[in-house]
Amino acid sequence: MNFLISTIATPVDHTALWMFLAFVAATLVITYFSARRSTGASAYFAAGRRITGWQNGLAVAGDYMSAASFLGIAGMIAMNGYDGFLYSVGFLVAYLTVLFVVAEPLRNVGKYTMADVLAFRLSPRPVRAAASMSTLTVSIFYMIAQMVGAGVLVRQLIPGVSYEMAVVGVGVLMVVYVVFGGMLATTWVQIIKAVLLMTGSAFLTVLVMREYQYDIGKFFSSLAAIPSTGPNGEKVVRDFLTPGLIFKNPWDQISLGMALLFGTAGLPHILIRFYTVPDAKTARASVVWAMVIIGLFYIMTTFFGFGAASLMGPDYVQAHGGTNMAAPELARKLGGEVFFAFISAVAFATILAVVAGLTISASTSFAHDFFTNVIHHGKEQQPGAEVRVARITAFVVGAAAIVIAILLGPGVNVAFLVGLAFAVAASANLPVLVFSIFWRRFNTSGAVTGLSVGLVSSIALILVSPDIMKENALFPLKNPALVSIPIGFIAAILGTLLSKEVPSKEKFTELQVRANTGLGAEKATEH
Amino acid sequence: MGNLLTPSSPPEHPQPDWGAIARDADFKALVSRKLKLVVPATIFFVVYYFALPVGVGWFPDFMKQKVWGNLNIAYLFALSQFFMAWVLAFIYVVAAAGWDRREHALLAKFGFNSKD
Repeated sequence: MNFLISTIATPVDHTALWMFLAFVAATLVITYFSARRSTGASAYFAAGRRITGWQNGLAVAGDYMSAASFLGIAGMIAMNGYDGFLYSVGFLVAYLTVLFVVAEPLRNVGKYTMADVLAFRLSPRPVRAAASMSTLTVSIFYMIAQMVGAGVLVRQLIPGVSYEMAVVGVGVLMVVYVVFGGMLATTWVQIIKAVLLMTGSAFLTVLVMREYQYDIGKFFSSLAAIPSTGPNGEKVVRDFLTPGLIFKNPWDQISLGMALLFGTAGLPHILIRFYTVPDAKTARASVVWAMVIIGLFYIMTTFFGFGAASLMGPDYVQAHGGTNMAAPELARKLGGEVFFAFISAVAFATILAVVAGLTISASTSFAHDFFTNVIHHGKEQQPGAEVRVARITAFVVGAAAIVIAILLGPGVNVAFLVGLAFAVAASANLPVLVFSIFWRRFNTSGAVTGLSVGLVSSIALILVSPDIMKENALFPLKNPALVSIPIGFIAAILGTLLSKEVPSKEKFTELQVRANTGLGAEKATEH
Repeated sequence: MGNLLTPSSPPEHPQPDWGAIARDADFKALVSRKLKLVVPATIFFVVYYFALPVGVGWFPDFMKQKVWGNLNIAYLFALSQFFMAWVLAFIYVVAAAGWDRREHALLAKFGFNSKD
């Protein structure tokens, strides 16, 4: 254990910083080359639709697996065992909804955004305005959670960098990727991040299993009696494979599961990734690639989470930076300072790839849905206006996120914002997406009502939940999905039935043929 | 007034007759084949997934039973969710390859190819 003592003696170790800077340098080179190719709207918003299936699979995974997944779930398992594993399952199963229901129709019918599908046979302006509002809400909430998380992590991972410096650094980089490199640069940042994350996780898993001579039985036996100190200082010994050590209310798990299963297929930054491939068949292949990568990632997370529990123990984790530091500290213990630095750099790459994806989804929706289609009735006033507006929006969104993250500061718990993003996606976006593809009678009034009521009810229920109101909460669940998803569906149905508007039969027929055959779908650009 | 100057410059492909394709028996068969897989598969994975939080939440004694060494039903059931997702995705992809062939045949009948 010499290295443990020596780190305390050495004042500042810059390995993590250098590794992070190497990643930043590589992504800036990619951005430079992407900028030279990102000419025209299809190139800027959809990478020319020439991303391949496995590339997009990696990029979807890179867009999706956040630092909260990587560090948060590993830490949850390290502290309380099985419940953290239970938490991770829904993140993968959710991709079945994406695969079965939305990916292919979306690619076949739309152009750049989720609203393209919703507006196809309904009155475009109100539908796009509502969809754009919900997209911006989801993207910005999620982004603020990521930025505050980044600022908090950096102080622990890279010595000598403050909260504010980290927030500004992450914010400036995401804006640079999106403004100059568009979707192509964002895609490659996400691909590189996914490869780094999988490499780091695989290496950490192997190091854990080496401690048990690669004997799975021995590994799980070691979890039968994990000693730790309880909240009142009492010593407890717990079996870490026992469910219910921290999750006491099963309704919380069911509500969260609903948010994940039905929300992932409504997350705008995930959906727009399916426009970057040439056709629906490739979109399908990319979901499958993403499922392989995301599934392996969460299974490995449980191995190093459980590894941290048995090799270090909850008390050690608590004393060395707390829950989020379990995985990096395990890397330090098993692989030394260089591996700790590598895992820290991977955590930053993870944050950057996710916020870049959120920035481009917010700016694409504002430029394409709101600016071009709501304000200018679907016609570009000057060539290139849509891309120019998207670049300006990315800059404004990035600047706003930096300011909000700094004003909130490192002390605010913003983890619930991620749950809120999934809940809004599940309660506002998914019902209208499903109805517009499958329900002939569905109309504009139903879409606008569904989007607005789903959005407002999710936010309202979060505001009166235990995360905000603590013990005085009016609503008992941490995630509103259990209630807000049915509200979203009912609002969309009532909005439809209470309106006399009859949607175009011909447009629905056209949508059905397009969605199921890909006839007339947007093409990849030629060289 | 371009239409006066070039009254008949035909587009490379005519605008598809969406209604005719939608009424075609092969199109209806394609859509119903998709639904025959997607609807039951969706019901299955939703039930299978929620069985996990319901099981550990309300039947903890059953879920805590050890099956192999220290491994209990709760752990194995959670792990099985990953394989369930992969297996369903695999079944979907195999079935979808068949749908793609039917789709090409259908489009060919109407004078289009899969690049249109």
